[in-house]
Amino acid sequence: MMFTKKKSFIVGLMICVVSLAVIVSGCGGNQDDAEQIGDALTGSITIAGSTSVQPLSEVLAEKFMEVHPNVRINVQGGGSTAGVQAATTGTAEIGASSRELKESEKGLNEFVVCKDGIAIVVSPENKVTDLTLEQVKKIYLGEIKNWQEVGGNDAEIHVVSREEGSGTRGAFEELVMEKEAVIDTATIQNSTGAVATYVASDENSMGYVSLTGLGDRVKAITVEGAEATTEAIKDGSYKVARPFLYLTKEEPGGLVKDYFDFVASEEGTKIIEEEGLVAAQ
Amino acid sequence: MKNRVKYEEKVAKILLWFAALTIICILFAIVSFIVIKGVSSLSWEFFTENPKRGGKEGGIYSTVISTLYLTGVALALSTPIGVGAAIYLTEYVKQGRVVRLIRFGTESLAGIPSIIFGLFGFVFFVIFLKMGWSVLSGGLTLTMMILPTIVRTAEEALKSVPRSYREGSLALGATKWMTIYRVVLPSAIPGILTGIILSIGRAVGETAAIMLTAGSALGIPLSLYDPARTMSVHLYVLAMEGLSMENAFATATVLIALVTIVNMLANRFRIYFTKQVS
Amino acid sequence: MRQSIREKAIFINYKKKNIIRKSTLQEGSKSLLYQKGYKDSQWIEYILFVSAMIALLSVLLITFFVLRSGLPLIQKVGIKDFIFGLKWAPTQGSFGIFPMIIGTVMVTLGALVIGIPFGLAGAIFLAEIVPVSVAKAVRPMIELLAGIPSVVYGFFGMIVIVPFLREKLGGTGLGILAGSIILAIMILPTIINIAEDAIRAVPREYKEGSLGMGATHWQTIKKIILPAARSGIISGIVLGMGRAIGETMAVIMVTGNAPVLPNSIMSQVRTLTGNVVLEMGYAAGEHQQALFATGIVLFGFIMILNLVISFTLKKEGESA
Repeated sequence: MMFTKKKSFIVGLMICVVSLAVIVSGCGGNQDDAEQIGDALTGSITIAGSTSVQPLSEVLAEKFMEVHPNVRINVQGGGSTAGVQAATTGTAEIGASSRELKESEKGLNEFVVCKDGIAIVVSPENKVTDLTLEQVKKIYLGEIKNWQEVGGNDAEIHVVSREEGSGTRGAFEELVMEKEAVIDTATIQNSTGAVATYVASDENSMGYVSLTGLGDRVKAITVEGAEATTEAIKDGSYKVARPFLYLTKEEPGGLVKDYFDFVASEEGTKIIEEEGLVAAQ
Repeated sequence: MKNRVKYEEKVAKILLWFAALTIICILFAIVSFIVIKGVSSLSWEFFTENPKRGGKEGGIYSTVISTLYLTGVALALSTPIGVGAAIYLTEYVKQGRVVRLIRFGTESLAGIPSIIFGLFGFVFFVIFLKMGWSVLSGGLTLTMMILPTIVRTAEEALKSVPRSYREGSLALGATKWMTIYRVVLPSAIPGILTGIILSIGRAVGETAAIMLTAGSALGIPLSLYDPARTMSVHLYVLAMEGLSMENAFATATVLIALVTIVNMLANRFRIYFTKQVS
Repeated sequence: MRQSIREKAIFINYKKKNIIRKSTLQEGSKSLLYQKGYKDSQWIEYILFVSAMIALLSVLLITFFVLRSGLPLIQKVGIKDFIFGLKWAPTQGSFGIFPMIIGTVMVTLGALVIGIPFGLAGAIFLAEIVPVSVAKAVRPMIELLAGIPSVVYGFFGMIVIVPFLREKLGGTGLGILAGSIILAIMILPTIINIAEDAIRAVPREYKEGSLGMGATHWQTIKKIILPAARSGIISGIVLGMGRAIGETMAVIMVTGNAPVLPNSIMSQVRTLTGNVVLEMGYAAGEHQQALFATGIVLFGFIMILNLVISFTLKKEGESA
């Protein structure tokens, strides 16, 4: 045999060690949540839900854990509906939603984290800078098909929308479409980033994204003269805004309450505003 | 007539060269597209720092750990099972209805798209068994996904062990299991390792199924019940939520480098393995 | 989602060998091997048997749970309306996935139309045109192509291919063509690798005989080698097809995902996998069931494809 027993033994041993190390490290990790002394707060909570809320939650959780090193907050994505379900079933202590709850979902405790504007975006090369709500609606209904009709170049409008069930889409339909359906030939992208990436690359396209996803790749147009800024949302002049909600099954208590207090505190508010969102009073 | 043949020969060869060069160009285009945009943000800190502000800043340390952890769990489970199955198929029963059923199982499992694994893992591990989004749910789902590869490669490796080895061992009075354990398995280890390395490649690149089962929390998982975000999921979130294109491309560069290394390792072992047999 | 090509190649060889082995080992398998010697504990065999059954068990579990989560909706809507329904508006109670089925079929066909000529040419090139050393240098690159995460392909498509198509052909650039191009690139490694193995497996005598009789190299490739390697090439294509059908992340980024019937090659389409991934995060209740039901249809597609592979391989194995 060319492959000596010794060599094969070593290789075999390596596999065992690696797998063992993994298993052992996995089992060992459980204990340290409760045992450390120091900061009074210990334990872990999971926040699950809307992918629009996720980045904000991550930053908030990061800062919260800096103050309370023995606390662990897991921030999951999954989607608004998943967030509602997670809170209802207890899969997560906190569910996150980027839209108002539907009638069938009521009964959970709602905690308004902040308000998020939905910006109507076009490519930076597009000449159009302002539209009325009515025009936006007609574009998404497929009634206005050419940029010329709203003061742009003679080119077809490529409408980009979000997937059915998305919190952003839900809010957009509610606020802009007055519950009429978006034209079914619209391009569907399933995240803020994907919409922004596409819109940035196509001069004749138009989409809507959360304020947090508004980079310098795309241009936000003003709606009825109002700019999509935190101030405009605060004073109500920019109308396309929706809440970010934290949902709990029961009245928040313990660690969850501490976390909520942190979010509502001055520091939390500062973080929210740094992320480009409007803090709830 | 002769001219036409010559002409055809020439055209065919030109077309073949054209196709081959196109393929290579595409490959270079894709790889350089990512590496050029990603390599500038790579640094040692990128590997050793945790992601900050949801990944907009900082590195990818926690996602590297999560990837290792998840892959480790999947391998620790699927290697014994897969090798066991391969031993059963090569050394114990070789034909009959049971074997056909087992083969049908492995082959079907190999063909199932990962999104179906994701859906299943989500309803079964996460919801039904109440494991939640965790390393365990993700690891178990991955185990199922890489099992067929391990079974196949291990089976190939076991089959290529010459019969004379077994006969020799048995003639010396060893039992069947002793023969397998002491003679057959050690000679098959390089082949089995190839399979394991290939599975690592798959586990590292998987996105859809992991996201549905292991979740996408950014922290370092401390136990099997903690959620985790692997590098490919991190890449997806960074890119799709538009958080940071620089970090997205840098993560993609790391993934490509990793896949290259894994492929090279697998090739090394395969060469070693084929040399052995012949 | 994306399996290594090597893995696929091993899979094919393995299947073929199994079938051939079956016939050659038939008489030998019950030989003296393992009949003598001391007895092991029965437990060992039981444990091994259980490990062997785990794969099958997994398939059954997956089938059961996906069916359980999706069937109630199919029953409620009616299988005919579900599969042939044209309108997909799950939050308003319309569950028709026909546009997605057509979408999957069109994008997959497109990927094959583009991918097969290039893949086959690549395989012939590596196996017949260039020396072994060059082929050895190129192969890892092709494997790299297989190992790139699909999100990366999606991005490449979105930033490079889609704008290119938009400029050249007008419209949004998103759609069947963009999806087909990306998928074609993604299935290339599968086709190249398996077809190359198949071409290399053609006995040298065939080639030598043909060349010896005065045929040119290309004539030999066309008339002798390709027909002899047919079964391997077909398996490569079918596996590539399976991969194209199952691919998700890259596709949703370039096909536009409008759930409507396409009317041209530039039309936006949504695939079955895309439907699941796009909406899974936000779906609840019946909507979620509908996505599982979409998964069932996809599962059906893949299972049929698996059966086709087994069947063609078995036939080839018998005739070999």
